[in-house]
Amino acid sequence: MTLDADLRITRDAFALDIRLTVRPGEVVALLGPNGAGKTTAVRALAGLDHLSAGHVRVGDHVWDRPPKVFVPAERRAVGVVFQDYLLFNHLSALENVAFGPRARGVPRARARTQARAWLATVGLAEHAGARPRTLSGGQAQRVALARALVTQPDLLLLDEPLAALDASTRLHIRAELGRHLRDYPGRTLLVTHDPLDAMVLADRLVIIEAGRVVQEGPPTEVARRPRTDYIAHLVGLNLHKGTADGTTVALDGGGALIVAEPAAGPVHVAFPPSAVGLYPRRPAGSPRNTWPVTVAGLEQHAHTVRVHLAGSPSVLADVTPAVVAELRLAPGTQLWAVLKATEIQTYARG
Amino acid sequence: MKARQSRPAALVIPAAIGLAFLTIPLAGLLLQAPWKDLPHHLLTPEIQAALKLSLVCATLTTALCLTLGIPLAWLLARADLPGRGFLRALVTVPLVLPPVVGGVALLLVLGRRGPVGHYLDSWFGISLPFTTAGVVLAEAFVAMPFLVISVEGALRAADSRYEEAAATLGASKLLTFRRVTLPAIAPGIIAGTVLCWARALGEFGATITFAGNFPGETTTMPLAVYLALETDPDAAVVLSVALLAVSIAVLACLRDRWISGPR
Repeated sequence: MTLDADLRITRDAFALDIRLTVRPGEVVALLGPNGAGKTTAVRALAGLDHLSAGHVRVGDHVWDRPPKVFVPAERRAVGVVFQDYLLFNHLSALENVAFGPRARGVPRARARTQARAWLATVGLAEHAGARPRTLSGGQAQRVALARALVTQPDLLLLDEPLAALDASTRLHIRAELGRHLRDYPGRTLLVTHDPLDAMVLADRLVIIEAGRVVQEGPPTEVARRPRTDYIAHLVGLNLHKGTADGTTVALDGGGALIVAEPAAGPVHVAFPPSAVGLYPRRPAGSPRNTWPVTVAGLEQHAHTVRVHLAGSPSVLADVTPAVVAELRLAPGTQLWAVLKATEIQTYARG
Repeated sequence: MKARQSRPAALVIPAAIGLAFLTIPLAGLLLQAPWKDLPHHLLTPEIQAALKLSLVCATLTTALCLTLGIPLAWLLARADLPGRGFLRALVTVPLVLPPVVGGVALLLVLGRRGPVGHYLDSWFGISLPFTTAGVVLAEAFVAMPFLVISVEGALRAADSRYEEAAATLGASKLLTFRRVTLPAIAPGIIAGTVLCWARALGEFGATITFAGNFPGETTTMPLAVYLALETDPDAAVVLSVALLAVSIAVLACLRDRWISGPR
């Protein structure tokens, strides 16, 4: 029962032409700059817009195959979390979540029971009677997620689900969303322009530019071998799993990093390649994170050179061409990598 | 002390005259009203009948306008119709048309010899002119555009993405309209309803042309006022005061929208 979509939509000067497959239980992130066609793709999958050509099907169910077949949104088993959630303001949180089951013919009492259970799942049991306007951004996002999942859809579409949140709420909600997505047996398509959301939440990235797929693959694969400058910049992020104990994080892949904010338990640590400094010898003084690395590869980008470094941990570093010349960087060169604790973001991985 | 804002006389004088022109007649009405005899006048059977007929007809008219006008507003605002602008213009014609012309048009079409009235009469034995039902039709013809315009404006201002959200939750178009769209435009519907009711209550031209003037059957308050002016001027004043009171009550209902002005 894989989602198989061949989305071809032509409108005015814009043409979208992408192929997407999402297996049950899989989270695929559709990543791209503004205007790349992400929202168009979501609307076509949700049944809010027609395809010009191609098809959308889940297993044997054909949802759209022009010119003959078009199943409208209300008859597709989809759940959508919209960027600004679009919660119904005249209904309580509970009634918002119960709306889907009610619309699909579930008796009122049972719909409410289901809705209550989902609100409890997202940790909002005590806000069942609240109007959406009185909820915080994070709470509204969780109501929207519950509303989308309560009908047990075959396909879950998340359209920039974290974009409306402030930075601190975002970290927390992202970890929580990841937990709910792991429990969800259906197919999830996460649309985002934030690489961190995509890398943390998705099993596979599909990156589109100007209506076309430019690269797809698992996050680590895409990060290791970005095909375009845009992707290199987008996913050029060092992301590691580890276990935190205070300010020390033992990385799953070997090595340890000292971070600024104390944490406990399983975490992700992330830092930009520009934060990694390179030295020919072990630097004097006591930078907190210093470890030996070997150059594994070099990649020329517009104004910087991305250096692939093997070590514990293996990381990416962005340096200027002048540094490359000065340090005579070439595959096999032995160096010391230095990273400030304050450059590292740490967040719980639920 | 703060310097007083200068107010040119060329603007202030016409403004003052305009204000006086709008308020003095109403003040005069209140001052001239035979307050002592008010209960006596209001309780006469003819006036009771006219008052009751007016309230019943205006309310029936409003119900008719809501039933037909809200779907019509939805069609104009949401449906992808060819020539929608032209349809919208057609709907607003009765707004600017002299009501007496509307009455004549209704009489021509629905009269016993009219293209529609002829069949109503021969097939169903229904004759609408000069009946209470005729009063409702005449009032609806004049009042419905107020409701349609008001509701259509509210629909166009409402965010249609909420309707899309409802569709992704499995709601049919009709269910979406009932549970998502209607609550969102409720303020527009209330304003339109009040306007429509007030316009129906005050309708004179189309009513007297199409429904005539039969006490107890088609003589509404405005018609009674007009008639009483010749036979019993005091009664006319009392009826006018009653209508003025209703109008002020309507304004009170709409105060948040109009009197307070843009916020």
